[in-house]
Amino acid sequence: MKVVAKRPESLYYKKFHYCPGCTHGIIHRIIAECIDEMELREKTIGVCPVGCGVLAYEYFNCDMLEAAHGRAPAIATGIKRMLQDNFVFTYQGDGDLASIGMAEIVHASARGENITVIFINNTIYGMTGGQMAPTTLIGQVTTTSPYGRRPELTGYPIRMAELLATNEGSAYICRTSVHNPAHVLKTKKAIKKAIQTQMEKKGFSMVEILSTCPTNWGMNPIEALERVEREMIPYFPLGEFKVKE
Amino acid sequence: MEKVLMKGNEALAEGALRAGCKAYFGYPITPSSEIAEYMARKLPDSDGVFLQAESEIAAINMVYGAASTGARVMTASSGPGISLKQEGISYIAEAELPCLIINISRGGPGLGGIQPAQSDYFQATRGGGHGDYHVMVLAPASVQEMMDFAIEGFELADKYRIPVMIMAEGTLGQMMEPIILREPVTKFYDKPWATTGCKGRKPNVITTLHLPPEELEQRNKHLKNKYDEIKSKEKRAEAFMVEDAELVLVAFGLMSRVAKKAVIEARKNGIKAGLIRPITLWPFPDQHIIEAAETAKIFVSLEINMGQMVEDIKLALNGRAKADFYGRIGVIPNPEEITKVVFGIAEREGL
Ligand SMILES: Cc1ncc(C[n+]2csc(CCOP(=O)(O)OP(=O)(O)O)c2C)c(N)n1
Ligand code: SF4
Ligand SMILES: [Mg+2]
Repeated sequence: MKVVAKRPESLYYKKFHYCPGCTHGIIHRIIAECIDEMELREKTIGVCPVGCGVLAYEYFNCDMLEAAHGRAPAIATGIKRMLQDNFVFTYQGDGDLASIGMAEIVHASARGENITVIFINNTIYGMTGGQMAPTTLIGQVTTTSPYGRRPELTGYPIRMAELLATNEGSAYICRTSVHNPAHVLKTKKAIKKAIQTQMEKKGFSMVEILSTCPTNWGMNPIEALERVEREMIPYFPLGEFKVKE
Repeated sequence: MEKVLMKGNEALAEGALRAGCKAYFGYPITPSSEIAEYMARKLPDSDGVFLQAESEIAAINMVYGAASTGARVMTASSGPGISLKQEGISYIAEAELPCLIINISRGGPGLGGIQPAQSDYFQATRGGGHGDYHVMVLAPASVQEMMDFAIEGFELADKYRIPVMIMAEGTLGQMMEPIILREPVTKFYDKPWATTGCKGRKPNVITTLHLPPEELEQRNKHLKNKYDEIKSKEKRAEAFMVEDAELVLVAFGLMSRVAKKAVIEARKNGIKAGLIRPITLWPFPDQHIIEAAETAKIFVSLEINMGQMVEDIKLALNGRAKADFYGRIGVIPNPEEITKVVFGIAEREGL
């Protein structure tokens, strides 16, 4: 018999704690498959965020650390500077990366830090119960924008991929989505390219992935996937924003 | 042995290099910047890493990352920057990552000034950030000790898996004295917990998250046991003429050198004075205080702040003798000023 599908070795055989319909789990799996296929598990060091991904170290079968909220890129910098041939990645939500950790991510990118960032943009603070994020869309209802996000009060959602693509130090910047199988495959391709960028020591790489939070969006899993396509992609266009040759 | 004239900050940096320090992460701030500048010049020679971070928050988290690989790494700053590092220090203490943190201290609160001060005593000795933890705090009093304590600091950090802080007044960082250069450290600790990639072993995880209440309590108990062990083994102080002393001055850092002169002056005038100089500020050398209280009627805490260490002296004394305080800030008082204070207290107390 030929094995056509199996659990990646880089993931433990363990149930995810994520809510039903949440795409955090799909993204974990894609990362693990990439690490397996590129034979990097024993060289990998991952840094978890504060956010729903905080327990990611319970799932990845490789060396892992847990960072303070927003500081993962600085920790990854410390690791990578000491172990230049290892594969070092961070896994960060939008509150973690684009709000409290804005300085750390911008400077890691500006320095051309040889790390790979997996950025989970779900336009909300999932873990703390659905507060407004820097990526929350105009009009989106959250517990701290109960009348919908109003630009005159809280400005506009930040496009991180575009922003970081302006930094010379960024070598690969891409935005993808995982709302259907075709896009899951594209995301996998992008993550592989980001890892390749790091292993070739070309500089900073980030894949921003549009992700769902059915629980705090007040939607069922199907509606949540539809929202990604209907509302998020028009504001957060998919594609590569920087590819350094 | 080679004797050279060196600036305090540079002696400390050179000591760190001789201790095998492999990386420095920091953000410039007076009066600590010479440490960063020295490291920027020297670290590349030994294949080490120097990186100027975007902030002290980033710097301490880079220390977290680099220390997690098992390397000896450090950062240095002063008051406002040390405040920003507190978040990271709390995480480092719980993750039990050995590292060296330098506070070349200046006066606060707020932006304060760049003059010498010891006003970060509470912050340093009580942990400083959130949660139940301590860092070990060493207080050098000479340029030689700036070098020696950098080496000793790394040893203690590795031995106990604890962040070690060296706290020195800005003046000590800036002044020059002749020192003996120490031999480089050649024996290092095994760090099987380090996150270096899991080749040939099970994956390592470094985390400070403990959601189940039993686990959290167990972690806190584990840290407490470690702190108790450090308290039982590592309290350090220098005692000067305390055997028969009735009036004991307590001072650390540069202030202790001024106090020593005042003790000599007081003795010349028939006052039985002595000095205890805490070398470890945490753990506080309370045993030295208790022993001196066998003859001493009063302890006078001399500090370059508005009265912080005096609380630890009172805790140590627990009513055994009186405790008084004299302090300045932004200046280190000269021996005459302290001698006058000692005479005044001796007269008041009938000593
Ligand atoms: C310094 C600090 N501030 C606030 C928090 C509380 N907190 C935990 S997770 C979180 C937001 C997480 O949102 P995001 O990064 O978008 O991740 P998600 O849960 O959506 O995946 C916040 C504010 C914290 N842990 N630390
Ligand atoms: S709260 Fe949202 S982001 Fe967090 S696990 Fe649930 S669905 Fe996913
Ligand atoms: Mg989020």
